Amino acid sequence: MMREKFIQELNNLNNELIGMGSMCEEAINKAVKLINGETFDEKLYDEVENLEEDTDKKEKEIESKCLKLIFSQQPVASDLRLISAILKMISDLERIADQAQDIAELTKEMSPNIMRRHISLSAMGELAASMVKDSVESFVRKDPELAKEVMKRDKDVNMHFTTVKNEVAKLISGDDNEGETLVDILMIAKYLERIGDHSTNIAEWVDFAVNG
Amino acid sequence: METCFDVKNIDLFYGDKQALKDVNMEIYKNRVTAFIGPSGCGKSTFIRCLNRMNDLIEGCKVSGEIIKDGLDIYSPKQDIVDLRTRVGMVFQKPNPFPMSIYDNIAYGPRCQGLKDKKKLDEIVTTSLKQVALYDEVADRLGDSAIGLSGGQQQRLCIARCIAMSPEVILMDEPTSALDPISTSKIEDLCLELKKDYTIVIVTHNMQQAARISDYTAFFLLGEVVEMDETDTIFSHPKDKRTENYITGRFG
Repeated sequence: MMREKFIQELNNLNNELIGMGSMCEEAINKAVKLINGETFDEKLYDEVENLEEDTDKKEKEIESKCLKLIFSQQPVASDLRLISAILKMISDLERIADQAQDIAELTKEMSPNIMRRHISLSAMGELAASMVKDSVESFVRKDPELAKEVMKRDKDVNMHFTTVKNEVAKLISGDDNEGETLVDILMIAKYLERIGDHSTNIAEWVDFAVNG
Repeated sequence: METCFDVKNIDLFYGDKQALKDVNMEIYKNRVTAFIGPSGCGKSTFIRCLNRMNDLIEGCKVSGEIIKDGLDIYSPKQDIVDLRTRVGMVFQKPNPFPMSIYDNIAYGPRCQGLKDKKKLDEIVTTSLKQVALYDEVADRLGDSAIGLSGGQQQRLCIARCIAMSPEVILMDEPTSALDPISTSKIEDLCLELKKDYTIVIVTHNMQQAARISDYTAFFLLGEVVEMDETDTIFSHPKDKRTENYITGRFG
């Protein structure tokens, strides 16, 4: 076996990617907790913010490692596909963490009562977090079946979004005086829907890295 | 795309040892074709089949066909001198003749009986210009070629080859003895020369194959494992052995 060092570096990159994926997953889970909380939890909010900053740093770190491997090892074929897929994926992961942070931000000013009526948001959040976890896992395990499973779940997230949108529209047209909160809820749902899209992007890179 | 060589079922033996096994491929005109593979895989042996340089090796037996312009170059009808005029070769180590720069280039045409000084001057100038060496040596054409740097010597050898107006230039690891700057000059030259010539190159440097060739053939243990467009070989090779070799997992 030649280029052991290089192969070791590729494995390290995979591990860092798993780490970045876990950060995103945690950020989403915490953001969803903030949505469901009785009162605004400052500590939890700070944690989401820190996770978002850590994800940014991780993106830069992984990016510079990928660039170093490209210029020093001049990878070809599956190695080149793997590294270019990682470069694409980390932008998706970075956006996911941003969106988790955006969700957290929106919960700051919201009245919690209206939240609890919208159970679709929790389920949607859980689904989005699971997509992030499994998309990264499918990449690391080079498992196209799991990747396909993630892509399928994107439809469910989209359906959740439509449900939330319809509920919001119904409530806005009713007597409820919480128009602004309702718009925020719609935005949260949109962010979760976008997280689903980014996870789908990640899952799509699995096929590129494995099969070309 | 026109075919330059149509290679069919080439087997080659050095004595009892089989060095090439059923090699089949088409080499296209005005394209750069690279042969890659680990040492001893048969790539140099095969490139030497294309102008019958292996004929000079004792105990070497070749079977199969290499069709060029409708004629099997291994048929008795093939004039070998004519073949080697049309299919020139450049080697790993620059091998200028121990004579002046001018005489190195004029050597081939003179051997063919050309005596007209004006025509010889023209051939020397054009050949040196084609290999981008003219500006570097214009004021010392009478100096010994041995005094040139390695990179210049190799370009001189290519110019010497071009002076015979060949159709094909075979290059057997032409840059392995050169520094990176000279190497990149030769690589640029290959891309320039393919407009007028068909180029076949053996290289140990896979990045070089990726940079300059249009087609790449991967040889292993005397067989062609895979031949395809270079972009395909280096991004999505079909055979696992090619993948393992080019990604450095064996070899």
